[in-house]
Amino acid sequence: MLELKSVSAGYDSFQALFDVSLKVDAGEAVAVIGPNGAGKTTLLRVISKLMEVTAGEVSMEGVSLNAVPAHRVIELGIAHVPENRRLFPRLTVEENLRIGAYPPAARARYPERLEFVYSLFPRMQERRDQLAGTLSGGEQQMCAIGRGLMSGPKLLLLDEPSAGLAPVIVQQVFALVQKIRAEGYTVLIVEQNIQQVLKVVERAYLLEVGRIKASGKSADLLASDDIRRAYIGL
Amino acid sequence: MNRAAWIALGLFALVPLLGVGDYYLHLAITIMLWSFVYTSWSLMGRFGLVSFGHGAFLGIGAYITTMLWNHYGVTPWIGIPLALLLAVAVAVLIGYPCFRFRITGHYFALVTLALTEVVRMVIVALRDFTGGSLGVTPDIALAGGKSFSLVAIQFAHKEVFFYIALAFWLFGLYVWRRIDRSMMRYAMEAISQEEDASESVGINVTRTKLIITMISAALTALGGALYGQYQLYINPDTVSGVALSLQIVFAVIAGGMFVQLGPTVGAAFTLLLAEGLRVAVGHEVHGLDSTIYGLMLVLFIIYMPNGILGKVLEARARNTGAAGAVKA
Amino acid sequence: MEIFDIFLLETVLNGLLFGGVLALLALGLNLVFGVIDVVWICYAELVMIGMYAVYFLYTVHHVPLLIAFVIGIATVSLSGVALHYFIIRPVLASEPINQLLVTGGMLFFLQAAATLAFGVQFRNLGLALPSVRLGEIMLPQSRIYAAGTALVAMLGLALFLKKTYLGTAIRAISQDRAIMPLMGVNPSRIYLITSAIGGGLAGLAACLLVLQYDVHPAIGLTFGPITFMICVLGGLGNMLGGFIAAFIFAQLISIGGFFFHIEWGYVMAFVFFIVMMFIRPQGLLGRKS
Repeated sequence: MLELKSVSAGYDSFQALFDVSLKVDAGEAVAVIGPNGAGKTTLLRVISKLMEVTAGEVSMEGVSLNAVPAHRVIELGIAHVPENRRLFPRLTVEENLRIGAYPPAARARYPERLEFVYSLFPRMQERRDQLAGTLSGGEQQMCAIGRGLMSGPKLLLLDEPSAGLAPVIVQQVFALVQKIRAEGYTVLIVEQNIQQVLKVVERAYLLEVGRIKASGKSADLLASDDIRRAYIGL
Repeated sequence: MNRAAWIALGLFALVPLLGVGDYYLHLAITIMLWSFVYTSWSLMGRFGLVSFGHGAFLGIGAYITTMLWNHYGVTPWIGIPLALLLAVAVAVLIGYPCFRFRITGHYFALVTLALTEVVRMVIVALRDFTGGSLGVTPDIALAGGKSFSLVAIQFAHKEVFFYIALAFWLFGLYVWRRIDRSMMRYAMEAISQEEDASESVGINVTRTKLIITMISAALTALGGALYGQYQLYINPDTVSGVALSLQIVFAVIAGGMFVQLGPTVGAAFTLLLAEGLRVAVGHEVHGLDSTIYGLMLVLFIIYMPNGILGKVLEARARNTGAAGAVKA
Repeated sequence: MEIFDIFLLETVLNGLLFGGVLALLALGLNLVFGVIDVVWICYAELVMIGMYAVYFLYTVHHVPLLIAFVIGIATVSLSGVALHYFIIRPVLASEPINQLLVTGGMLFFLQAAATLAFGVQFRNLGLALPSVRLGEIMLPQSRIYAAGTALVAMLGLALFLKKTYLGTAIRAISQDRAIMPLMGVNPSRIYLITSAIGGGLAGLAACLLVLQYDVHPAIGLTFGPITFMICVLGGLGNMLGGFIAAFIFAQLISIGGFFFHIEWGYVMAFVFFIVMMFIRPQGLLGRKS
């Protein structure tokens, strides 16, 4: 479904990704793991076109994203849940979800999408009229993921869903991810918390200093020395 | 200042003695007076305290002096200091809460804009006293063939005013340089970058900003008073109000806000441009000169935000390979 | 004593009506600032464009008044879009002062262009709308229409912002511009739409103002500073704050003008503004930045 071929990207004078290739097939859950500064967030920004590639190509279902402007990526079925949640603090929970359904195709199905997200996250329904900025960290993550789901995406990009959250909450968040997986969504997660994320995905890529250093099934990676090194390097 | 500059200055000072005629003297005087005002404004502007309210100080300077003379016979020698005092008081009145509550940017600009309008409105409202929108002339003390009156600070010969204007213009540049070389300059630069951090290294942000503001206000008011004494006619729209404040800011931006001679270049440029347009076009079609002028100002901001002098210095720095600074 | 009270009451009511119009003026400016973070210093000059448009359409081309209004609103709306696209967009990335200056330059330019195109004469629609009588109180009809329309417009805008997708996006973009594309929203397009709405509100204000006031190239100087002060007083970008501040201002001007000369009413309002800035510089409902 999603394919990156030899993608390079960077900021001004600083190159963040070097010749990165990876793919995500429909129905899969894939993770990109690695230490701080490896380029994981840049990777997702390149997919959702918040950044342009300097070399290589990103394609979704065979369609190249090169000429697609950032605000149309969602129409191709890619929903990016940004790092640090990035909810609109002075909008209510429901208004945040509503914005997630902005594209015309999603708008048409807004009532069903809303009901679906509320059924996945009942806590959000309880707090529907509460200002998003007043939610707790875990609730904000829930709301952010819910917002991403409102557009009915084919592929959900999750940027460091555990960032800044207490360990107990982190577990809840990954339980949510598994719930979403059970609904059949294809997920690409970028994470620093290697142990937790490898429990919910089938495959993973290890990104270090902008390059893919290793990849494979979760179980294999967990056992490998590379991971031990990266993990301890955190 | 290098030797070439001193020589140029010396030659320039001899100009009135060459008999160039009143029109050119008038241009030179006007440019120098406004350069003085613009330089005073830039004392604040260069550090990010962009005030749209200096029309207030100019107006206070001009009107207080003239009103005291016309209604109470108070000589400008006393009137001007009083006007400066009021201008500084107003500056503190507005500046203190703004600085203390960290009002900057848009808010600061609009609050100062309101200030200049208040002053203009008050001048107009007190029309029985000030003559309102029609303006007022300082009572002429040059009756009976007298060519000057020291008491009234009025001079019939433009040559005298040339030297007065020259002196104040240089004075303004001097103040600019003194501040530029002082600790206050570094404090203000730190403040303009990051206020909280400055506070934490012991810089009294509010006090530093207030001092700069007070100096700027006083000098601007002084410029206003001089303008009144020279033109011998003032009205609320030429010495106060939004349009005047905008005029000041534009000229400084056009010339270059961060350079000592920037405001002067801006004054020369804008005044000569306006005058040139007026002569070339203004008589035929009423308002065409201002329209072109306004359009040029807009284009300036979009394409030359560092001003003329700024661009020149940039080019020079690039050519000499200097590691440098557009700021002088 | 009784007559004195009636006149005072009339003044207060007139002040309320005037407040409605001022509130409408402040609305457009606040909207644009709240969303795009730019102050249209030339806002009052955009209103001037609308006033001239209606004037010429109605008196010279004999277009029916309501149609002239619609065209006037559309004209200013388009002007707002043009202002944003050609003048503001190039400087959006540079320091905020440049944005203030560039719209300030447009103030100057538009005034001069109006002088060039229309001359300095004061122009009036020539509509002598009668006053409405409430007991012994006389209220100008034009003012009643103005206040009524302003109220409807404000409610309409509030509904739009709250209930529609576009409105929600407009509210969202000022809270986090960077992620808007992830929602499928094109930020540039939102800015243009906001500019169109802001311009439209200015155009609406123009239609209401031209009923009562003469238009001339410097009319912007009459309404501009007041509008800025109202917005700052209420808290820049805060529409409710601007609303409240507008009514306070209008009452001060009205009552001050009642007891003294009309200009003192304005002076009172401005001094109130300065005092409020001393006490609460971020505005009544503003947030400290």
